[in-house]
Amino acid sequence: MSMPSEVKMKVEDLSAFYASVRAVEGINLEIPDRRVTAIIGPSGCGKSTLIRCLNRMHETTPKARVEGRVLLDGDDLYELDATLVRRRVGMVFQKPNPFATMSIYNNVSAPLRFNGRPSRQEMDQTVVRSLKHAALWDEVKDRVDSAATSLSGGQQQRLCIARALAGDPEVLLMDEPCSALDPIATSKIEELIGQLKNDYTVVIVTHNMQQAARVSDFTAFLYLGKLIEFGPTGDLFERPKEHLTESYITGRFG
Amino acid sequence: MILDRHHRRQLFSHSMTVLSGLAIVVIMVPLIAVIYEAVVLGSPAFSFIFFTQRPALGCAPISGITCSLGGVSPAIQGTFVLLGLASLIAVPIGVGAAIFVVEFGGPIARVISTTADVLSGVPSILAGVFIYTILLQYDRALVFSYGSASLALGVLMIPIVVRTTEEALRTVPNSVREAALALGIARWKTGIRIVLVTALPGVVTGVLLAVARAAGEAAPLLFTLGNSCFHPFEGITQEGCALPLWIFQGATAPYQNWYTLAWGAALLLIVIILVISLTSRVVLNRLVRRMGGQ
Amino acid sequence: MSDANPFPPSSLRTPKRASKWGDRVFIVLTGVGAALVILSLVAFVVVLYVGAEASVKQFGLAFLTNRVWLPASENPNIPGNIHGVVPFAIGTLLTSAIALLIAIPLSLGAAIFLTQQAPQRLRAPVGQLIELLAAIPSIIYGFWGLIVLVPIMRYDIEPNLKSWLGWTGWFGGTPTGLDVLTASVILAVMVIPTITAISRDTIAAVPVSQKEAALSLGATDWEVTRRAVLPYARAGVLAGIVLGLGRALGETMAVTLVIGNENASPTSLLSHGQTIASLLANQFAESSGPLETSAMIEAGLILLVITLVINVGARLVLSRLQTGRGVGQE
Repeated sequence: MSMPSEVKMKVEDLSAFYASVRAVEGINLEIPDRRVTAIIGPSGCGKSTLIRCLNRMHETTPKARVEGRVLLDGDDLYELDATLVRRRVGMVFQKPNPFATMSIYNNVSAPLRFNGRPSRQEMDQTVVRSLKHAALWDEVKDRVDSAATSLSGGQQQRLCIARALAGDPEVLLMDEPCSALDPIATSKIEELIGQLKNDYTVVIVTHNMQQAARVSDFTAFLYLGKLIEFGPTGDLFERPKEHLTESYITGRFG
Repeated sequence: MILDRHHRRQLFSHSMTVLSGLAIVVIMVPLIAVIYEAVVLGSPAFSFIFFTQRPALGCAPISGITCSLGGVSPAIQGTFVLLGLASLIAVPIGVGAAIFVVEFGGPIARVISTTADVLSGVPSILAGVFIYTILLQYDRALVFSYGSASLALGVLMIPIVVRTTEEALRTVPNSVREAALALGIARWKTGIRIVLVTALPGVVTGVLLAVARAAGEAAPLLFTLGNSCFHPFEGITQEGCALPLWIFQGATAPYQNWYTLAWGAALLLIVIILVISLTSRVVLNRLVRRMGGQ
Repeated sequence: MSDANPFPPSSLRTPKRASKWGDRVFIVLTGVGAALVILSLVAFVVVLYVGAEASVKQFGLAFLTNRVWLPASENPNIPGNIHGVVPFAIGTLLTSAIALLIAIPLSLGAAIFLTQQAPQRLRAPVGQLIELLAAIPSIIYGFWGLIVLVPIMRYDIEPNLKSWLGWTGWFGGTPTGLDVLTASVILAVMVIPTITAISRDTIAAVPVSQKEAALSLGATDWEVTRRAVLPYARAGVLAGIVLGLGRALGETMAVTLVIGNENASPTSLLSHGQTIASLLANQFAESSGPLETSAMIEAGLILLVITLVINVGARLVLSRLQTGRGVGQE
């Protein structure tokens, strides 16, 4: 696959800290529009930290700090209001976290209800569309008012995806979205990611190399907080340029 | 019969078990005794008049003359007024402080938490002294009033509300906050419309617990409520009455009819406190079930 | 599946500036609540001190050692006002000490039974009954004490105690039922739920592995409790006892009705007495003048300081236990 014509997000010289500990150093990265970009690397390499900087969730941790810039379509995210950033850049977490006190419907419509005054019609349409985009609609269309916690783990994760999509983000970040799920649920979500990239830019952190190879168009390899290599997935896995990348891919560590 | 060492040890162990079981029985005795007396001595006072009229004039029993009882309506009114006002003071402050502690944290959060803990150990009579002393300087006319007594009760309720709300908020897992923030929901909306709402059963239970405790307090009222147990509620700047205060009055007065009324008030108070406790438990269960069993 | 860009609700597109202000108001309002909590404690101590100042200036350190409490109105033969807190300090400490003496074995026994021996189905109901014990207001215990306990003490228990234990010198005087002993008993009743609840929680938190280790060595149930469980739970139980002490020190209404209300140091368990709390309950409203009021506030301040220190100490121990030993939840 050739390099895309558009860059959706640009990370410039990003470093992120927890108190005085530097988790991520000097990252320069261009995330292509409407493609799936995977971030891989061994445990502790900073991939979660990096992705959380892209929607400014990193700073919700006490004593966390960021240096550098993150641009979304040219806008410096760290100059904007953080809540507005998070409406443009959505996130799905490792462990599904639907709002346990709300129904499926209320979960998906939450971004609308809490960020504006949507009409009933707007909510209905958005809920249906989002659940369809998340490949969950067929399974829940008869029980959208039942509790979100009545769904299975895989369904809950797709619910979280639907909820994130309902906010109409431009970018969807996924932080190891399948690591708490069984293989069948995992494959459903991987299939879903393939469809999502038609409409959204997707960035996915995964510790599973095979998953990255299956799902992504571009891959970034992180090691000890530094970006080692970035390129089209096929190229990175078959003809890695860096020795470190090759060692990781061939399983020599991590 | 000579017991070998093993059997002696077993015997000793069994007797200790019996003793500790006895301990529970002994502990239950005052509970049963108090409730029994309250029912036996208090229920004769119950009647429509009991709930709607003020007390009759005190009369010591002379043989042949039965005293009329009257009722404790001023005290009942007063208790509700007091609890309402005190809650109005304690709940916003207590819940607000707890939200601050949990959502913003930091070193000052521990100071606040510890302060609430410390405040919860203060002898309740000193709360009365505290408010009395302040109001004496500020406005003598207000010293004996519902307002003054509510402040004293509020001071006692705040620590309970803070601690129970804090616990309830902490049971909300961080993933909920993260999910909400990641959707671009503002911090204040996350804190209130999502976190607080999720923790609501625990918060409500805590408030009810504080109210139940305040309902039974007599000591803080001694120098802040004055004594108006023969007049209906006249205003929060006026002297007032409450059930625990009436019980104290009836217990220390030489009048037979007041004494019976006091037992009636005691029984009523126990019933009120039981109802509040049961309500809080029902609320907790129903809300927990409605919210998906968290 | 490639829809056109999902329906963007108009309500989302307009960036709301409000959120910044919302956040600011949020932190200010909750911060005010937090500040008021701290303020109320500070104000408590400050106001009480200011109220006590007149007395502090007049009596100085003698307040802590005087054994006499005589307002000017009472005894014209003794010059001026003499106020000393000793009678009430003794009353407070004595009643609390005896109350603990009675309460500790009972509470521990109950806690042990509830956690070790009691059948599973009994535990919750009994636990709730003990909570009920704690929920009954102090004034009602006092009232009951006055009507029921005092006559029992006066006619049945105290004469017997006097004849059996009179040789100890602690049971002098005529039994009236309105005395330090009765007050201690009532205090014990009120303190038992606190100690039982905390002891029960602490003992229940002892890891099963400790019990199993002792059992596997052939210990009897009691020996398991005594040698494996209780030592492990020692600090928590102690903290519970100290908290119970804190409660006993401040208990007012129940004590005031049965203690006899005499402003002198008790010479025996059967004498009338007075605690600091009951002094305030009894005489604050009928103070003979601003100096006496101030003296009573000073006594109250002393009580406050003692109870604060005890409570803080107990809670520190308890919290250190929870973070140190327990398998903490996140």
